[in-house]
Amino acid sequence: MQLQPILASLKHHKLTALLLMLQVAFTCAIITNAVFLIAQRIQRVTTLSGLDENTLSLVNVDDLDAGANPLALHKADLAMLRRLDGVKSAALISNVPFSHSEHGSGGCTSLAAAQAAMKANSLKVPGCAGADVYVGTPGTFRTLGLKLVAGREFEAGDYVPGKPPGQAETVSAMIVTRDYARRLYPEHPDHVVGRDVYFGGGLMSGQPTRIVGVVAHLHKANVSDDGSDEQSALLPVEPNEGRALFALRSEPSQRSKVMEEAVATLNKNKPNRQISTDDAQTYTRMREDYFRGDTTMIRLLLASALGLLFVTALGIAGLASFWVQQRTRTIGIRRAIGASRGNILHYFQTENFLIVGAGAMLGMLLAIALNLWLMRHYELPRLPWFYLPVGALALCLLGQLAVLAPARRAARVPPVVATRSV
Amino acid sequence: MFGYYLDLALRSLKRNWIMTALMVLAIGLGIGASMTMLTVLNVMTRDPLPGRSAHVYRPYLNPLPLSYHDEPGKVGGPTTGLTWPDAKALLEAHKGVRQAAMARGYLTARSDRSGVQPKSVGGSFTTRDFFTMFGVPFVAGRAWSEHDDTGAAPVVVLTKKLADRLFGTTSVVGRTAHLGGHDFQVVGVTENWQPQPLFYAMIGTDFDSGDQFFLPLSTAMSLQLSVNWGNGWGKDSSLTSPEVSWLAFWVELDTPAQVGAYQRFLVNYSAKQKELGRYERPASDARLYGLMQWLHREGLVPGDVMLQTWLALGFLFVCLVNIVALLLAKFLRKGGEISVRRALGARRRDVFRQLGVESALLGLGGGMLGIGLAELGLWAVRQRPNDYAHLAQMNGEMLVATVVLAILVSTLAGLLPAWRACRIAPALQLKAL
Repeated sequence: MQLQPILASLKHHKLTALLLMLQVAFTCAIITNAVFLIAQRIQRVTTLSGLDENTLSLVNVDDLDAGANPLALHKADLAMLRRLDGVKSAALISNVPFSHSEHGSGGCTSLAAAQAAMKANSLKVPGCAGADVYVGTPGTFRTLGLKLVAGREFEAGDYVPGKPPGQAETVSAMIVTRDYARRLYPEHPDHVVGRDVYFGGGLMSGQPTRIVGVVAHLHKANVSDDGSDEQSALLPVEPNEGRALFALRSEPSQRSKVMEEAVATLNKNKPNRQISTDDAQTYTRMREDYFRGDTTMIRLLLASALGLLFVTALGIAGLASFWVQQRTRTIGIRRAIGASRGNILHYFQTENFLIVGAGAMLGMLLAIALNLWLMRHYELPRLPWFYLPVGALALCLLGQLAVLAPARRAARVPPVVATRSV
Repeated sequence: MFGYYLDLALRSLKRNWIMTALMVLAIGLGIGASMTMLTVLNVMTRDPLPGRSAHVYRPYLNPLPLSYHDEPGKVGGPTTGLTWPDAKALLEAHKGVRQAAMARGYLTARSDRSGVQPKSVGGSFTTRDFFTMFGVPFVAGRAWSEHDDTGAAPVVVLTKKLADRLFGTTSVVGRTAHLGGHDFQVVGVTENWQPQPLFYAMIGTDFDSGDQFFLPLSTAMSLQLSVNWGNGWGKDSSLTSPEVSWLAFWVELDTPAQVGAYQRFLVNYSAKQKELGRYERPASDARLYGLMQWLHREGLVPGDVMLQTWLALGFLFVCLVNIVALLLAKFLRKGGEISVRRALGARRRDVFRQLGVESALLGLGGGMLGIGLAELGLWAVRQRPNDYAHLAQMNGEMLVATVVLAILVSTLAGLLPAWRACRIAPALQLKAL
């Protein structure tokens, strides 16, 4: 197949061909970046929480008048919940990953570092690192389904009752994530069990907390973009507030039954509590709610990307069929002087490939430019290079698909057309 | 002649109706997607105080010590609010037309009516100018007096919604409401006033939960009611501490001269505090934000929505290029027809108009389809339980804008091909026939 006649013919349609090329280029740039955005959102939505999510249900209780010692009341609640049919374990906890409500704190590996941090009013000093804190009653570990990789779980003697908000408890033991261990002890992250950290209230009081265990994963309460996603710690503190969060573990199929019974039990245990069914939900559901914005965005990007591809395919097909109509007579002449159907088909396919290919090339450059712009304004990471050729190739394929029908129509033009006047 | 052009255009469009349908679809998709996104953005950046927002300002002071490490201007950081000593000084200075300090908190509302359960409701602790400055409409009674403000009087203003819940009626001025374990005398009832976004709340993205009651700030402080938001940097963490910021402050300024004067007042105030040794940062840190400026600073427009809007505009742009290319190919093919008309005496202008009518028709069709698709898109957005989703409604303006945009875009897209087609020399074309 010779390119020269195609190029010569394209010269007569410079403007139209240029416009189509531009369209393909912009589509390529937008699609590449949109797919990249989708991939990132999917990564966000599938972030590991570190919990055994499918077995977990949560019941939120807001006791308006829980009295002076809410803990006693909630312990009684807990005992009743544990007796429920289907409940494998239950615990009273402060919060869970992806719940919006976070409790930030921090620790330092030496007293000197702690003093430096207090002075600077910041944990961004060497030897210190911030962490999200989770607290809970005995049974928390098992209920949440955390995976211990070193050390031990909390023992009965470790637990202390929580203090009113604003006052920090000092505890003797803590469990950290692998990630947080790495932040505190970058030199020997695998040997942190048994080390003393000045954590939370201990930063000021100088009382150390010993790391007794390390868990594989436990995500922070919120997803942040600064890479500190798993900087969390678990403390043996029993939540002591009117607002209480009960975590229940059961078989996935039993979750709704267990939640229903738990709400009934809690309402019965203390009248005037008014826990509604809205206050109980599975962890899976809560997680979905947390990432709702991202899933909306994924759908939207997907719909836009498909719409854009569709419009571009329409444009390519439309233009090709205009050209086929316009050139009917020329095609007839070519057929009359010996061109086969295949020749005509290939002619249009090659022509399309030239235009779309050039557009895709330009599109790769535009995609990089668009990515740079997005990086500046929306703090997005750099586009991995392989997105570019894949995007360009996809556009070329789309072009070939779109041109197929008009090209076949062209190939069906009989040679006799050459002898007719228009 | 217009009727004739219309007839010609319809004939031309009908001759190749599949292509016509494709072009209408291309325009419609672009317009529809863009309009969906632009409507959502319009909802997100909606003016919370129409008519008043240009006169309401937010002072910014920076009492943070130099040793404070985090970026001081950070959203949600300590300087988002004011400390009690600063707010008190600004209130007492009376330099604005009106001014109010406020903080939000939750209290348990109990009713004497049987069967009404206690409920935790959100409200604001504020000063009396709040109501006149923001234009809160009253249904009964009025705001508390200045005397109540200074004397920490146990009075409350309820919204219609809370009054209805607690008393079953809204004519409750003079009655007693039980909030947070204390008794307050109701002095006024407001409409369910709920600006969106809730610009005076501390933390952004608070798109639907408005206030249900208002208490004098002094009363809340003397009863030690807890507030939703506070950010301290020193040892003393009480609400009266000069090292805890927890108050939002708004001031009404009606003329540019007043705005300038207030700005100078803030800088002078900071300079004085620096002289006294309380402030460590330069006095020029003090600033005055307009309401919309403040919303932007607080990031009340989610980045996602901005991104989606750019996406929609990009989409619209590609569709525009697409339409130009298609119309160009379509009109250039009509060279013969145009030449015949030109040879018969039609001026370029006439041909131009004829082709213009044809592309405007395509635009009208595309616009109609666009409205349909946008409504579909907005319906889909409303199905999502995001906090702003239920606000996504297309108003009349947007509806008209959609159609006008579609016609404009396609006419513009048709102009270039029409111009090209008009430049063909009639003689050359006729020879080829």
